[in-house]
Amino acid sequence: MTRTGSYSGHARIGIMEALPWIAAIAVFFLLPDYLSLGARIMIYILFTLSLDLILGYAGIITLGHSVFLGIGAYAAGILSVKLNINDPFLQLIAGSLMSAVFGLASGAVILRTKNLTLLMLTLAITAIVYEIGNKASWLTGGADGLPGVQVNPFFGRFEFDLWGRTGYIYCVIVLFVVWFVVRRLIYSPFGAMLTGIRENTPRMHALGAPVYQRLLIVYTISAGIAGIAGVLMTQVTQSVGLNVLTFEVAGDVLVMLILGGVGRIYGAFVGPVVYMIAQDLLAKQFPEYWSFGVGVLLIFVVFFARGGILGLVDKIAARGRTP
Amino acid sequence: MGHSFLRKSLAVAAAVGILTGAASAQTIKIGVVNTFSGPQASFGEMIDRAFRLYIKLNSDKLPPGVKIEIINRDDGGANPDKAKQLAQELIVRDKIDFLSGITFTPNGMAIAPIATQAKMPTVLVNAGTSVVVTRSPYYVRTSFTIFQHCVPLGTWAAKSLKKTFILVSDYAPGHDCEEAYSSSYKPAGGEIVGVIRAPVATADFAPFLQRVKDAKPDALMVFLPAGRTATAMMKSFVDLGLKSSGIKLIGTGDIAPEEELPNMGDEAIGTISMFHYSAAGDRPANKAFVAAWRKEYGEKATPNFAAASSWDGMAMMFDAIIKQNGKLNPDKSIEIMSHFKTDNSPRGTIYIDPETRDIVQNEYLRETRRVNGELQNVEIETAAVAIKDPWQAMQKAKK
Repeated sequence: MTRTGSYSGHARIGIMEALPWIAAIAVFFLLPDYLSLGARIMIYILFTLSLDLILGYAGIITLGHSVFLGIGAYAAGILSVKLNINDPFLQLIAGSLMSAVFGLASGAVILRTKNLTLLMLTLAITAIVYEIGNKASWLTGGADGLPGVQVNPFFGRFEFDLWGRTGYIYCVIVLFVVWFVVRRLIYSPFGAMLTGIRENTPRMHALGAPVYQRLLIVYTISAGIAGIAGVLMTQVTQSVGLNVLTFEVAGDVLVMLILGGVGRIYGAFVGPVVYMIAQDLLAKQFPEYWSFGVGVLLIFVVFFARGGILGLVDKIAARGRTP
Repeated sequence: MGHSFLRKSLAVAAAVGILTGAASAQTIKIGVVNTFSGPQASFGEMIDRAFRLYIKLNSDKLPPGVKIEIINRDDGGANPDKAKQLAQELIVRDKIDFLSGITFTPNGMAIAPIATQAKMPTVLVNAGTSVVVTRSPYYVRTSFTIFQHCVPLGTWAAKSLKKTFILVSDYAPGHDCEEAYSSSYKPAGGEIVGVIRAPVATADFAPFLQRVKDAKPDALMVFLPAGRTATAMMKSFVDLGLKSSGIKLIGTGDIAPEEELPNMGDEAIGTISMFHYSAAGDRPANKAFVAAWRKEYGEKATPNFAAASSWDGMAMMFDAIIKQNGKLNPDKSIEIMSHFKTDNSPRGTIYIDPETRDIVQNEYLRETRRVNGELQNVEIETAAVAIKDPWQAMQKAKK
């Protein structure tokens, strides 16, 4: 298992790390009725992964990460609806770039601050972008949403179908690529430096590390990844709504990350899977009271599993080793 | 995964049970994408209660052996991605025969492509933006459009109120109402002396209303999302002395929602609102509806507009089931529903315009009054009879 922030000795991909991908393939064949939930889970894993990168590894606290999801989502939507650019990969690249550029620009300002000030600024930026999305209804559709997003069939053949097969495979492949990149990044000297900044910023300054520049780079990368998640959401849903820019989404993703385990690459996998499946099952049994069940789950995690679900797994494993 | 296996085996067992038990029994499934959690959860309750009440009181009219099953799903508000996933699962996994609910416009927009692809007859019982019903040929709407309220309101206001100040929430439905009101008010000789678009989350209306007071209009036309905000606005309207200075407060039914009237108190008296439904309406069909509602859900419970349109939506699905004798064909269902007409809606006579699959209904001018100690929106005039969505007509005129 990947340990928090450890840098050396884990760079090789272990056998356990194949598990999520085996599971993803198994779901495709064994649970064909659940693929559209599956695709949404993949999107949320991507989004959580992007948050993990800045919050878990670099220690940048944010309550407004949805802004990058939203910019990616709207970029793809506007490209298709207003400019008639329907190539899925072009939308993906454009959405991700837009989001990354916004990450760079906003990060350049807010990353000069720390802690609560930083938190408030992330909130403020998201609130501003949300209001722009609401007001510029000629461009974004405002509160009515932006429907009618078209996506060309992949390689001219695979269209988004009613069963969500194409959407699911597409999301899994994109997630795989991003996972690979993020993993390389975390186990690189750059990743080690991020961990150092999180653990002891003054010391990193003393070592001569360019702290601000590193934070800005990781913030930009994280924004780009969140943008990819946004594009996928637009493409799979074929429409965009203002909900992608709300604090609720930013809060949800934070909860998922805490649930899975902050600062671990697989915490970003486990959290959304558990949270969204629990939510889905509970909401079907109790459409009116499901949030109570989710609340109980969270209280349980906070009390008994401080490091999230993966932290709990580690604890149990450690107990097994030293009787 | 083990869980799903268990569920599948249970389903098989149940299916075998049904086959051996009653061969003629048939269950028609209605999937409902509705809002049961989050700040707008009251919609979910109104819609669900209306559906269940209609089914309870009318199931004897169904063809013999036919039963209705409702499958509820919670979208938690305007969440198009989630709503689409839920609709997709209802269609693919639960094999529903009708889709309904759709509380919010963005959700309706997102579901439209799959409703078309799956040929799923879908009854929209709340979403109120004009364009949403055009997004799929399998959509039919029983609720209302913002234009349906605000155009007749402008026509009526122009008769006696020459100067209007407009205050709307700054989001798409608010902009729609502003446009609709102006489109009928200005040509009829009215003058709009000012427009304020207040942020949706506004809690304190005093600064806006002070500007209105200074402009000295005859009327203040307000559009806000239904709920608590209306009460806050009403209090400021009275406290700042706009009411006593003779400015008439007018708007859609959202400024005087039945469930908020007790919180507003006497300050709401005299408010003029244009709406397609009032629980105080004295049509026999409405009296029976309200009585049945109170018998089922308690004396204090009052159905609102979402309940009325859900009641009619279920009536429409029943109509399609009965006319096809339980053997449903999606194209035939949508055909029957697009020609739906009833004189017995709580709203009076309503029908669906076959061309647009949109609701045609009366608009009532109501005044908030105290009747037998209870605040009510009393219908004082039928301001528009059988009005089609004016937006659709405007779009046609533009082309």
